[in-house]
Amino acid sequence: MDIDFAFETFMALVGAVPLTIQLAVSAIFLGAFVAFGLAMMRLSGILPLALLARFYVFVFRGTPLLVQIFLIYYGLGQFPAVRHSFLWPLLREPYACAVLSLMLNTAAYSSEIIRGGLLSVPPGQVEAARAVGMPRLMILRRVILPLAIRQALPAYGNEMMSMVKATSLASIITLMEVTGVAARIISETYRVIEVFVVAGAIYLALNFTLSRLVLWAERALSPDKRRPASAAVPIAAATPASTGDA
Amino acid sequence: MPDSIAATLPVDAPLAALSGRNLHKRFGGVEVLKGVTLDARAGEVVSILGSSGSGKSTLLRCLNLLEVPDAGEVIVAGETVALRRRRDGRSDAADIRQVERIRSRLGMVFQSFNLWSHRTILENVIEAPVHVLGRPRRECEEEAEALLAKVGIADKRHAYPAHLSGGQQQRAAIARALAMQPQVMLFDEPTSALDPELVGEVLKVMRGLADEGRTMLVVTHEMGFARDVSSRVVFLHQGQVEEEGTPADLFTGARSPRLRQFLSA
Repeated sequence: MDIDFAFETFMALVGAVPLTIQLAVSAIFLGAFVAFGLAMMRLSGILPLALLARFYVFVFRGTPLLVQIFLIYYGLGQFPAVRHSFLWPLLREPYACAVLSLMLNTAAYSSEIIRGGLLSVPPGQVEAARAVGMPRLMILRRVILPLAIRQALPAYGNEMMSMVKATSLASIITLMEVTGVAARIISETYRVIEVFVVAGAIYLALNFTLSRLVLWAERALSPDKRRPASAAVPIAAATPASTGDA
Repeated sequence: MPDSIAATLPVDAPLAALSGRNLHKRFGGVEVLKGVTLDARAGEVVSILGSSGSGKSTLLRCLNLLEVPDAGEVIVAGETVALRRRRDGRSDAADIRQVERIRSRLGMVFQSFNLWSHRTILENVIEAPVHVLGRPRRECEEEAEALLAKVGIADKRHAYPAHLSGGQQQRAAIARALAMQPQVMLFDEPTSALDPELVGEVLKVMRGLADEGRTMLVVTHEMGFARDVSSRVVFLHQGQVEEEGTPADLFTGARSPRLRQFLSA
């Protein structure tokens, strides 16, 4: 292993990290909205909507992401209607196609995670919210979503990490993100090991950071699951008193 | 009570704070309520007794529209809840805003507490006054502290529901309902999910509320509470009011053989 070369490679690849992050963040962010919509469709109780959402998940979960990327990047341009539409300036860009396919793909997986989170909300807590006269949207915002998100976060963290790794497929449609740059360096130097080890390490570092963030968010959203520590001093201190009134 | 009778009463006669008129409710093929009429006048404590499946919880849930009665009327402080008949023959609320407003005036206490697990006890208590009624948070917090002190769990205000015993959770749920300054308190088997040694602390709080002259409707299996605290007892059997009267009437002179059997069980 040539340390100088590895360092040079590292510097080159780090330059591509912003694009990788941009792809992942856009896909995850936009995908979350689609996923939420799909989950709501499945839980709507309206059969055509539920079936449509199930079909969507079936297709996007059941076919390779790479195939989806090819279909969107190379396939859409085959249709004159697409070429003449106002979206064409966007859809002929590899970046937009990569974000679109990553987003549609993650939406399929995430919708199932969100659905699971929504189903995990105890009905009694929703009923308590109805019983105090909360309007439906307020119940969603103040009771259902906080509880569902906490429940879904660990699985959703997995999905986000998958997406970070999946951005590497965007190199196939000419995007110079981390894997794209790595492939170029290899084609110039034929030094596979150093380049891919460094590239792998960069993904590892990205996902390590992401997993820490998810863990932090999990803790922040579930104060009740933490062992009563410093924040709970009044509780601990008050324990003898509470036995008195029980 | 019908308007004509109400009109003949003295002005200060207590009007029904909450009444259900000829309530019907069917779940699938089972008719759970077969025309139940029930009034709670201001200041009354009405205990609703009955074996399981008699429809008592459904009755309570129809009164705050957690279940929509298929037929009949719910009247809260003179205001009739507008229901409309759907094409499939069932009913739903014609005006969801009205239902929400009426629910905010009826405090509900559930068998399984149903505190919001992601909020502290204090947050549970101020949630509805702040967000449903739009009252200032500071003011609500002060009231909440007082209510928590009243139910004896002031020291738990910053704890989460999961860290409390069942009895403490139920007392917190009572405080949460009281924070809305409800006209009527509805209790749906408030002690049925509790360990026996925790029942007393909840009943004590409920007795306190009754002594304050609060209007309460209590679905319960606690015969002692029904006998000592209620102003009126209603015995439901198979979706109908089988017998109704003062605790003394029912507990010592039950006419219905089914009530006698129920009481001796």
